Amino acid sequence: MKVQKRKIFRTLSLFLCGTVLALSGCAASSAVDEVKEEKKESAEDSGETVKVGILHSLSGTMAISEVSLRDAELMAIEEINEAGGLLGKKIEPVIEDGASDWPTFAEKAKKLLQKDKVATIFGGWTSASRKAMLPVVEQNNGLLWYPVQYEGMESSPNIFYTGATTNQQIIPAVSWLLENRGKKFFLLGSDYVFPRTANKIIKAQLKAEGGELAGEEYTPLGHTDYSTIISKIKEVKPDVVFNTLNGDSNVAFFKQLKDSGITAKDLTVMSVSIAEEEIRGIGGDVLAGHLAVWNYFQTTDTPENKAFVEKYKKKYGEDRVTDDPIEAAYFAVHLWAEAVKKAGSFDVDKVKKAAGGIEYKAPGGTVKIDGETQHTWKIVRIGEIQPNGQFKELWNSGEAIKPDPYLKSYPWAKNLN
Amino acid sequence: MKNKTWLYWLFFLALFTAPFYLTEFRLSLLGKFLCFAIIAVGISLIWGYTGILSLGHGVYFGLGAYCMAMYLKLEDSRGHLPDFMEWSGVEKLPWFWKPFENPLFAIFSAIIIPVLLAAFLSYFTFKNRIKGVYFSLLSQAVVVVFVTLFIGKQEWTGGTNGLTNFSTVFGFSLSSPLTQIVIYLLTVLLLCFIFIFSRWLTRSRFGRVLIAIRDSENRVRFLGFNTTTYKVFVYSLSAAFAGLAGVMFVLQVGLISPAMMGIIPSIEMVLWVAVGGRNSLIGAIIGAIATNSAKSFFSENYPDIWLLFLGGLFISIVMFLPNGLAGLYESFVQRKGRRERRKNEAGSHVSRSVS
Amino acid sequence: MSILITQFFNGLSLGSVMLLIALGLAITFGLMGVINMAHGELIMVGAYMTYVIQQMFAKYLPSSIDYYYFLAIPVAFFVSAFIGWGLEKWLIQYLYHRPLDSLLATWGVSLILQQIARSIFGAPNVAVLPPSWLEGGVNFAGIVFPYKRLFILLFVLVCMLILYFYLNKTPAGRRMRAVTLNRDMASCLGISSRKVDAYAFAIGSGFAGLAGCALTLLGPIGPTIGTYYIVDAFMVVILGGVGKLIGTIFGAFGIGLVSTLTEYSTSTTMAKVVIFAMIIAFLQWKPSGLVSVKTRSLD
Repeated sequence: MKVQKRKIFRTLSLFLCGTVLALSGCAASSAVDEVKEEKKESAEDSGETVKVGILHSLSGTMAISEVSLRDAELMAIEEINEAGGLLGKKIEPVIEDGASDWPTFAEKAKKLLQKDKVATIFGGWTSASRKAMLPVVEQNNGLLWYPVQYEGMESSPNIFYTGATTNQQIIPAVSWLLENRGKKFFLLGSDYVFPRTANKIIKAQLKAEGGELAGEEYTPLGHTDYSTIISKIKEVKPDVVFNTLNGDSNVAFFKQLKDSGITAKDLTVMSVSIAEEEIRGIGGDVLAGHLAVWNYFQTTDTPENKAFVEKYKKKYGEDRVTDDPIEAAYFAVHLWAEAVKKAGSFDVDKVKKAAGGIEYKAPGGTVKIDGETQHTWKIVRIGEIQPNGQFKELWNSGEAIKPDPYLKSYPWAKNLN
Repeated sequence: MKNKTWLYWLFFLALFTAPFYLTEFRLSLLGKFLCFAIIAVGISLIWGYTGILSLGHGVYFGLGAYCMAMYLKLEDSRGHLPDFMEWSGVEKLPWFWKPFENPLFAIFSAIIIPVLLAAFLSYFTFKNRIKGVYFSLLSQAVVVVFVTLFIGKQEWTGGTNGLTNFSTVFGFSLSSPLTQIVIYLLTVLLLCFIFIFSRWLTRSRFGRVLIAIRDSENRVRFLGFNTTTYKVFVYSLSAAFAGLAGVMFVLQVGLISPAMMGIIPSIEMVLWVAVGGRNSLIGAIIGAIATNSAKSFFSENYPDIWLLFLGGLFISIVMFLPNGLAGLYESFVQRKGRRERRKNEAGSHVSRSVS
Repeated sequence: MSILITQFFNGLSLGSVMLLIALGLAITFGLMGVINMAHGELIMVGAYMTYVIQQMFAKYLPSSIDYYYFLAIPVAFFVSAFIGWGLEKWLIQYLYHRPLDSLLATWGVSLILQQIARSIFGAPNVAVLPPSWLEGGVNFAGIVFPYKRLFILLFVLVCMLILYFYLNKTPAGRRMRAVTLNRDMASCLGISSRKVDAYAFAIGSGFAGLAGCALTLLGPIGPTIGTYYIVDAFMVVILGGVGKLIGTIFGAFGIGLVSTLTEYSTSTTMAKVVIFAMIIAFLQWKPSGLVSVKTRSLD
């Protein structure tokens, strides 16, 4: 009898405990939400600040790349605030961690839009994170600025793309290689969406422009043994390896390629995901002589870039480097600010309407928002990696290239989609 | 006895009425956590009650979620090919995608596919008497196989991006708050049903055999029970729960990708149960909700510390609270009880009861 | 023909890497039965130590930078061993009778170590340049055998030999084997099993550090590299069978050869799927692995 009583009491209290714990957590936080919301509205009324969201992975595997984008965006916001703010308001960044986890990106984007009521979000790196945020920003009519080169085939009315689409990176690189390095291509990529889509485009382009496909290989993300792939490369003897490997795999691939006695003189490797930041983790010596294609290098010679690099290093440390996504994240903030100024409002629809045709003198050259696709016009640059980890520019497109995410202006790309 | 039932109802009533006192954003979070709670009940059944530690439940969750997501994707594309297939050069809808146009088939297979896989794997594994840590490590290998396949077969699964961007379910807009509230309530109902069912199961004769298997499998076998059948059944049942949780998860979050069925999410699922108390079904539910609330809170406020906190939580739970929050409470009551008893029965030694 | 030899060599080389990452685990998991999910992070510690030593040489002894590796090897061993010793002392010794719980607790440790590495060295990868005497390779009948891969093969061989002598020819090693075979009996005979456990765990962790040091030659060095190796390492040990080091050797080279051959004839993704599926299937057939200790005990 006693035991039973105790048992009842135990379960009873356990439930109370649990209920209180779970619900008080929720209720308390939503109470906090309400308080915050009230506060926020009053802040808006007094016209002091406007919130913008910054949503990158600050932890997890993608933190390697995304932390510096946050830094660049914060620097741009600081610049705007120092110059007097936007429409008389200071910009207040709300930083969130996407934790390299795609539902977290969706969740945090929702939080930024619904709870913090941010005017816009700057964020994302991987395609998966962008795809996760896309329905959220569309449903809530928010605004997202996505600063990384990607596979194209997308044009959401609520996203501005400041990184390169395929015709601003891959296609010019392939044409250049066909002209200067040879016809026989080996395609190597990590097994995910960007490399597969990119290689599909490359294959169509090779067919149209008289190239030859020597082989195509994909390795799982995080793969670290490339000895077999390198044997395959040696066997087919291509002129060019077009490399769309991601992150850590690049380190293993290039180290092992060098060991197997292949240097940049024997074989050109053209990479699309290796920028200055990644070179530091591989070593300039290992990569020296290989090529990469981007829209911006730290060594790009413009007065804006000189000031940008100097400022970035002064703020975050002499050992830091700048690269293409950092630059794209930086000028994304400025482009948004210009659009807001033109619209005279933070309202998403008005900003979107005003954004088309806006130009900005970015470190990598003048960029312009394409009103139709919401991508940016950018200059394409091919660079050779130097032992010190910097690029020497071999070629650039001279003028900014019009973004064409669906490759409508390329006849050979018709059958792709 | 009446009091206790009454309290269960109170707990679920509180969940049912959540739409009235939570903001839309918090409600969607809570809904997501409740999906996790469904998985947690299943893991508590196999780990806490039967002693099988599976580090592969992400796969069952993922399979369930993908089944539902396939239906949503097809409904969204309205007779066209899903967008990712077009880019991947697929000309025609693959045959195994076809039946998923029917939502009932999708939901049915979201349960039956994880169950079949779990039954197949566990039948051979348990029959060959692979158990303990070997089973845990094997279940991790299964995760690696599935994640690699799902990423590699991009033209069928959407690759790393997964399946996303759905608009309607049964013709209702997924973004409307009303649909979300209905889905939330359905999740609560499902959790309630699964909880009651599992509670009934663990209190039945079947449940006692499970506990006996956990404590000494060989003895149970010598008594003439076929332990394999019991283990396969309960393992498949927990896979079914995970599959169902996947269905509700996709409906609320609108996204599923291979990253969510990987090794790390699978281990996190075990953590929820460890935090709540592996031997307690309600503890598992509370653990799932509490851990994920903590995760949201910490990563909102101190993103850098989150990993340290998570790691510390793991260690301290295992070291100091092997029975989780439920155990914490229990030992508290026991200590109190002991003090009272010492007062009452001064001098008499209380022998440890077999629990 | 030459491609066959190359692939065979690649398989051996991959096998040697597998063996290296699994060697420490063969001691902590195979002999002691502790599931140490932080094993990958101990590899990471070894890799970072190599980086630190290289940086120090670059700063203070730039003339003899080519020989930093000889200092890096012992430092990587001892730092990892020290961390392992601490881990055993404060955490694992309480969990010997609860293997599933030690799995969870050490996973927590691995998260903490990752975050600490990220705080100290930053999230991006760091570069370790191999010593110049390991550049290049032997050219034999048109096939290049890179020095680094030969070095790792040799390195593994030396590690195995040392471990073999330690376990079989020294008093400390004999005590360790006695404790793994029958803990109670060994205690009765006056062996301090507590001490032996601590040593064994420290040595196993030290080997993880060595693996990290060697892997800097081939792969990336970052806070999350441990996660790339941990599952593979466990697969090697359970495939090989616990309790016998020879099983681990078979397991490692078996996986290495089969996976390079499959990879050559199909794709890397398929090779990974096939290897893991084969391991799962093989263990159904032989649950105790390739080589197992015969015992009459139930469980």
